[in-house]
Amino acid sequence: MFRLIALPLGIGIALAAHAETPTDLVARYAQQAASSQPGFSASAERGRSFFVRKWNVTDKMPDCASCHTERPDRAGSHVITAKPIKPLAPAANPERFSKLAKVEKWFRRNCTEVVGRECSAAEKADLIEFLVATGGA
Amino acid sequence: MMKVKAILICSALLASGSLLADGPRMPREIDKTWIEECGSCHLAYPPSLLTADNWRRMMGGLDRHFGSNASLDAASAAKITAFLERNASTRGQRNASSTLRITDTPWFVREHDEVSPAAWRDPNVKSAANCAACHRGADRGDYDDDDIVIPVTRR
Repeated sequence: MFRLIALPLGIGIALAAHAETPTDLVARYAQQAASSQPGFSASAERGRSFFVRKWNVTDKMPDCASCHTERPDRAGSHVITAKPIKPLAPAANPERFSKLAKVEKWFRRNCTEVVGRECSAAEKADLIEFLVATGGA
Repeated sequence: MMKVKAILICSALLASGSLLADGPRMPREIDKTWIEECGSCHLAYPPSLLTADNWRRMMGGLDRHFGSNASLDAASAAKITAFLERNASTRGQRNASSTLRITDTPWFVREHDEVSPAAWRDPNVKSAANCAACHRGADRGDYDDDDIVIPVTRR
């Protein structure tokens, strides 16, 4: 009467396509950033500052930690729906930063919501550089 | 230090005939894009819980999705909209919501009228969007009444 559906199956298949590595993405965003900032080089330290900054643009999501916690190598939880969120750090979750379209989608959504504007290529490069440098749990 | 105690609500209490008959079901057809996109911030809610018109309006305003930016590329949005329309409720006003919230449909309100205000506020529930807090099979599309556990946290 009630059908059981194996939901995670389709998600796994979708993620397997178009694999990129987090380092590829840092290089890509850094190259974009260098066109307006000659000599730009991604910085994990700037990425960390970006990640921990309290933007306070919205009440429920003032910062990245609202959903991702202050430890990107650990699982988080959506601040409104309570749905679990897997760790952001690739060392703790190899699916992260492996598909450009997905990365762009989440930067677009989360930056406009939390930061109040689109993020720059430099900010994206720095953030991924920081997350790559963050060890697994 | 919080002590969590799960209280099992026995099926005899909840399993009235109408509840069993009304459990939401996942469509036979499962769209991969829908599961991935609509199931990332919350569960992919069964399409039969809103009307086709509700889903069309929802998909037309994803950049302001109940206060969140859930914007999608046009191709994915079109694919998901078509899937939702094909599998939307056929029961009219019972599954219609002027706010587009499933929790505001007459069906949802009636089905959950025995849930206490304290249970809704429980930190383990947090939000009515969190079906899986009580419906243990929700991530598999199973909302059957005999698999409901209402968490109650005592301090």
